[in-house]
Amino acid sequence: MATRTDFGPPDYREMLPPVIKANYGKWLYHERPQPGVLKHVAESGDALYTVRVGSERLLSTDKVRELCDLAEKYCGGYLRFTSRHNIEFLVSDANLLAPLLGELKARGLPVGGTGHSITNIVHTQGWVHCHTPATDASGVVKAVMDELFDYFGTMDLPAYCRISLACCLNMCGAVHCSDIAILGIHRKPPQINHDIVKAKCEIPNVIAACPTGAIRPDPARKSLTVNEDRCMYCGNCYTMCPGMPVADSAGDGVSIWVGGKVSNTRGGPAFSRLVIPYLPNTPPRWPETVAAVKNIVEVWAKHARKHERMGEWIERIGWERFFELSGIPFAEQLIDDFTTAPETYRTTAAFKW
Amino acid sequence: MADEMKTPLLDDLEKGRWPSFVTDLKQAAAKKASAKDLMGQLEKSYVDRIGHWKHGGIVGVKGYGGGVIGRYTDMPGDFPGVEHFHTIRVNQPSGWFYNTKALRELCEVWDKHGSGLTNFHGATGDIILLGTTTDHLQPCFDDLANIGFDLGGSGSALRTPSACVGPARCEWACFDSLDVCHTITNAFQSQLHRPMFPYKFKIKISGCSNDCVAAIARSDMSIIGTWKGNIRINQDEVRACAQGGMNIQAEVVDLCPTHCMGWDGTTLTLDDRECNRCMHCINLMPKALRQGVERGASILVGGKAPIVHGALLGWVAVPFIKLEPPYDELLEFINKVFDWWDENGKMRERLGELINRQGMGKFLKAMGLKPAPQMIKRPRANPYYFWREGVN
Repeated sequence: MATRTDFGPPDYREMLPPVIKANYGKWLYHERPQPGVLKHVAESGDALYTVRVGSERLLSTDKVRELCDLAEKYCGGYLRFTSRHNIEFLVSDANLLAPLLGELKARGLPVGGTGHSITNIVHTQGWVHCHTPATDASGVVKAVMDELFDYFGTMDLPAYCRISLACCLNMCGAVHCSDIAILGIHRKPPQINHDIVKAKCEIPNVIAACPTGAIRPDPARKSLTVNEDRCMYCGNCYTMCPGMPVADSAGDGVSIWVGGKVSNTRGGPAFSRLVIPYLPNTPPRWPETVAAVKNIVEVWAKHARKHERMGEWIERIGWERFFELSGIPFAEQLIDDFTTAPETYRTTAAFKW
Repeated sequence: MADEMKTPLLDDLEKGRWPSFVTDLKQAAAKKASAKDLMGQLEKSYVDRIGHWKHGGIVGVKGYGGGVIGRYTDMPGDFPGVEHFHTIRVNQPSGWFYNTKALRELCEVWDKHGSGLTNFHGATGDIILLGTTTDHLQPCFDDLANIGFDLGGSGSALRTPSACVGPARCEWACFDSLDVCHTITNAFQSQLHRPMFPYKFKIKISGCSNDCVAAIARSDMSIIGTWKGNIRINQDEVRACAQGGMNIQAEVVDLCPTHCMGWDGTTLTLDDRECNRCMHCINLMPKALRQGVERGASILVGGKAPIVHGALLGWVAVPFIKLEPPYDELLEFINKVFDWWDENGKMRERLGELINRQGMGKFLKAMGLKPAPQMIKRPRANPYYFWREGVN
């Protein structure tokens, strides 16, 4: 049989439970009866309860089947996943809501992630399966979520707080617009393997891949040189060329960024800003990173006004006050010197002490 | 390898209340030598504080140039089970909805051909099947095809588009984000499966400006729902919010970015002409406030993560477009963008970087779009502009 190609994804319409098919595009409003539970009401009067469950994202087929068992028992055999790796059970029979919540609790599957909670951390592959990581992903996320667990199942924070992790600057997780971003970074220039560069790499493409123009041809060796003063270890050259490895056991670690968001509410989308340029990779539980994230969450939770996201709070009080309240030392790396720098310098004589 | 594998560092991550990926690894390792060696290698990474995967590798299935990411351990002697451990990206159904029959079939295929480990989902939206050998790739794809699952995008191609939950379960969907995602994905199968662009191209689709799929931050083309006309107010429900403890003045009116609302204790007023449709008030009072009836989307272009020349948020290119089947105008616009970028983009130059290099004016002209104040935050502050025949 000839291989079939380009037939596209399964039709989503086959994946929708009857209550959704019946009320598609006709939802009227929703409520949050309790943390982790949404109640959507349609024009028809039909109600759909969504139970949101935190997930480790890296799932065994056994775990997927466990989720299927639950979906078959309580949801007519339908479920969905969210853009933040959560699982959503779609309950159309209100009588099954309490038993589902009971069974989830018994199985240790956490319910939460709605409203002003800390929901699941969007993250990448890390050491589990990526070839350019500067840190692990699943392990850091597990350690941080264990520590912030109570915020997942409650909705008492001032506003939404989205935490994301990317294990290198490639940012498959696009963490750069998160309330708190955990980003793996390298701190050493690539260690050039001239034999590999010569044999396997397109020299002009590697040169063009460098954002700071640090890479130059080395015609004598049919290879490349790196101006180490200009290199900021982004690793893009390694992505292009296996002869430019940038990962380093002692150099690699984690950076922390705050104050970004994607929704258009109020002030609109914003980038996260660097506040901690480096924390070490300390498996299995990355205690420095966990403590830094927890501190930022707690300082924000204590001082922010209702509905004020991390970035909105910081912009109101001023970055100088943020560093004072958080106790985070102001590092020189926080002052931008890339092409985007001028817009970040203070252009007013009005500031706080 | 030894039967008694010790993974004390990973074992520590089975403690605590958040679900542990280590438990999943162990479940798979009980059945598959590859998963067991993956655990061994990961433990080694935890000790060494560095990854142990070699650089890339080109593997694939017949007819496609992407969808499979080659992965090889740098320690094949110690961990032969992950000597080849390739990732397969499987195109998810719109909105990540599943029936359990489809999921169970998927599990069966993956238990037959791979490690039994998955991601639901990868950051771009695909189902990720983590780890199989080169000889299993084609048979695995054939079995996936038999149960109706196709591969997603990788490399310098259109990446798998993704969409929010949309009208399936959200009253704020201003268009059918699931159908638009499905339509785009099917319309551009070749661009998805055969990398031929300067670099990756991501399309993300959010039904409203809450932007649950973070389209504006991480997609070259963001399709974000919006509306025209007046927000529909149910004053009884507004009063019910107030009686329920919401401070309408402080939480809604004072936080409105355009200051277009008023509240006298009994009636909420809204100067809709001044509303910029940010969703704040609607988010707070879903029972009391509904979007206007004329709905559609804004299209933003250029969003991306930092590599190569810095992160960009999407820029408004099409302030408003009606999105109804068969979506011809949208598909035509996407085609035009592909053509212009393909023709002008350098290797590894994302759309936003190309627009930045060539100028937004050139992009708008090539797209046949009329410049409008909705496209900018503010006009230029420098006098370095051109004045030539044919400028818009």
